[in-house]
Amino acid sequence: MTTLPPLTTREDRARAHRHRARRSITISAISTIVVIGGLVAYVLTSPGWPRVRRQFFSASVFGSSFGSVLSGFWLDVRMFLIVEVVVLVFALLIALVRTMRVPVLFPLRMLAIVYVDVFRGVPTILVVYLFGFAVPGLELSGMPTSATTLSGIALALCYSAYVSEVFRAGLESIHPSQAGAALALGLTPTQALRHVIVPQAVRRVLPPLLNDFIALQKDVALVSVVGPQEAFRVAQIFAAQYFNYTPLMAAALLYLSVTIPLTRLVDRMQARNMRERGGLLALGPR
Amino acid sequence: MSPPVLELRGVTKSYGGTDVLRGIDLTVDEHEAIALIGASGSGKSTLLRCIDLLDEIDDGDILLDGEPITVPGLDPVPIRRRLGLVFQAFNLFPHMRVIDNVTLGATRAQSVDRAQARASGLALLERFGLGDRADAYPDNLSGGQQQRVAIARALLTHPRAVLLDEVTSALDPELVGEVLDIIRELKADGMTMIIATHEMEFARDFADRVCFLADGRIVEHGPPEQIFSAPAQPETQRFLARLLARR
Amino acid sequence: MLAATIGAGLSTAVGATPRGVLGGACTPAKLKLRDPGHLTVATDSPAYPPYFENNKPSNGKGFESAVAYAVAGELGFTASQVKWVVEPFDSSYAPGPKSFDFDINEISITKQRAQEVDFSTPYYTNPQGIIVASSSPLAHAKSLAAFRKATIGVQIGTTSLSAVTAEIKPTAQPQVFNTSNDVVSAFKIHRVQAIVVDLATAFDLTSTVLSHTTIAGQFSAPGGDNWGLLLALHSPLTMCVDKAVNALRANGTLSALDKRWIASAASVPVLH
Repeated sequence: MTTLPPLTTREDRARAHRHRARRSITISAISTIVVIGGLVAYVLTSPGWPRVRRQFFSASVFGSSFGSVLSGFWLDVRMFLIVEVVVLVFALLIALVRTMRVPVLFPLRMLAIVYVDVFRGVPTILVVYLFGFAVPGLELSGMPTSATTLSGIALALCYSAYVSEVFRAGLESIHPSQAGAALALGLTPTQALRHVIVPQAVRRVLPPLLNDFIALQKDVALVSVVGPQEAFRVAQIFAAQYFNYTPLMAAALLYLSVTIPLTRLVDRMQARNMRERGGLLALGPR
Repeated sequence: MSPPVLELRGVTKSYGGTDVLRGIDLTVDEHEAIALIGASGSGKSTLLRCIDLLDEIDDGDILLDGEPITVPGLDPVPIRRRLGLVFQAFNLFPHMRVIDNVTLGATRAQSVDRAQARASGLALLERFGLGDRADAYPDNLSGGQQQRVAIARALLTHPRAVLLDEVTSALDPELVGEVLDIIRELKADGMTMIIATHEMEFARDFADRVCFLADGRIVEHGPPEQIFSAPAQPETQRFLARLLARR
Repeated sequence: MLAATIGAGLSTAVGATPRGVLGGACTPAKLKLRDPGHLTVATDSPAYPPYFENNKPSNGKGFESAVAYAVAGELGFTASQVKWVVEPFDSSYAPGPKSFDFDINEISITKQRAQEVDFSTPYYTNPQGIIVASSSPLAHAKSLAAFRKATIGVQIGTTSLSAVTAEIKPTAQPQVFNTSNDVVSAFKIHRVQAIVVDLATAFDLTSTVLSHTTIAGQFSAPGGDNWGLLLALHSPLTMCVDKAVNALRANGTLSALDKRWIASAASVPVLH
């Protein structure tokens, strides 16, 4: 038996690979320049651009409003952080009530279902409005009257309804055999939830959970309808004063500075989840 | 004379109209190893889950050390702590390291000191040839290793009896041996056991007594030589013949 | 005599009299209109008293509705040639083509704003009024300093906010609401102790929706309290609209309309 000379060498393959790589980089560079450049040129050569630039991207208006918008944004951040913690705890409780099939909890379970249906079905801004204006009108003793607190409660109620459904999906995705194993070890049902079921459920729903928090971070702006001066409202005030929308751009930048890092974090988690499940990434280069 | 470790009297259980257990009587003495054999669906798993009080029985009694444990209203938690159950699919907790899987019952259910639980957990893992995997996560272990961890988890709290539910059925053939070796070791230590199994040769040379289950009843039981060499009941004969023919 | 004629005209539902006295370039045929043959006038919705009535600008009732028809009349339009459109305050100063010939929406003229839009000469001068509960000690305040510790509510986009910050300098941040209805709600639930709003609106609120309240005083906003019609920047109409407003001021129509639709401000003490 004779050995045939190889038809292709390792060197041939490497060369072809390098060629392919160079070509795809060139193509993506050119298409990026064409698409982005075209869009920019289209906008910049439009007849209204100078006016738009002055009214939306004015450096001097940005300078004079940014400080105030930033201090408004501090209220957004504080509300976000507090509401988020409340939502995490409350939503988990709701989800547990809805998933546990304990007869004692039956009335609570019905209540939870009604609560979730109602608060998921109503626009958040409406709930904020009702809480801001109707609740203090009741003049109940012991009820907070601060607009910030009340609208924070409204946000927490709306988002807990959403997040409880995320938690519920997580809880229901944990196979019953996990509970069985925990009980067989002699854990109480509560211990089984706390050490075995809930930690796994939370891990599984972390990306959708963070998505909801990105949405919450933006919806904090809704509290402005009942009075508090958060970033969006401060920007609106400046815009009305100068007849110039740049302060709103400043507010947008501030929101982005929080939501983009959060979004990247979610992406990274989702990619990791996918890898762990041996998922769909095979379509693209690793 | 001390009472048997486990005693079952006329235990019945049905799921949604189907009778899964139709009156099981069984006693398990101290240091005794019982093999439950029978076709899939004959009620072996259900029987073990009922003994560990994961499923409630419909009728009959189960006694642990002479004390009835299936009295309505009795808190099952402290009773489960006195028994160990190992599952066919391991059911390890994937979010916990191996050592934490093993010590969870001791630290949470039995409030054993954390450091002490860890020390005995590590010793047990070492003994099962898993000393170097204590800090790994279950998903990074082979099936055989996972099942050994699951056995260690059930043992750490010193149960009165261990219930093993087809613990090798989910394993690749080459991994079965390492798990069976451990069970043999437990037997040598005098652990009281009930093991549901499809491994007939193992049941034969390991068990003190073999029970053949069919349609929710113990059709025949006795020493392994008798059941495997000279089964008295036609159903047992058919079951064994089918198994042998398949080889 | 002339004022009386116009006054009589205004008492009908829609009372513009097409005088068309300006002539020259300022006739309906020569004006560069958004919708040729019609004068398109904008205001926000809801439109509030005393400037509009029943949220219906086209009924000619209310101060600003009446002013709009008077201006239209000066330019030579009949009432039926006036077309109303809704223009939210926030978008009235946006770049790009406008949907109106002029906007009349209680907008104060300031230097900063005038860089982005055209304003007509003022058709009204309206200082700020402070509304408080009649039972409140603030009802008898002698100076603006008395309101420094009060929680004050204002409507967004109004000069009232800058007036409050510049003149009263409150220790607590003023609460800012989307609409004057919301300011009133906040006052009713005691979230704010005082409302600062233009004086004409203050009269209207205290005599209608807010019972047991009083106007504790009036003061001037730093940028001035002059209201102008808003037009697109460098609008070819501005010159003609200016002429019309100036004529209405000179012949006494504006003050007649003021008397007709807005109560007298004389009884309210001026605070400093």
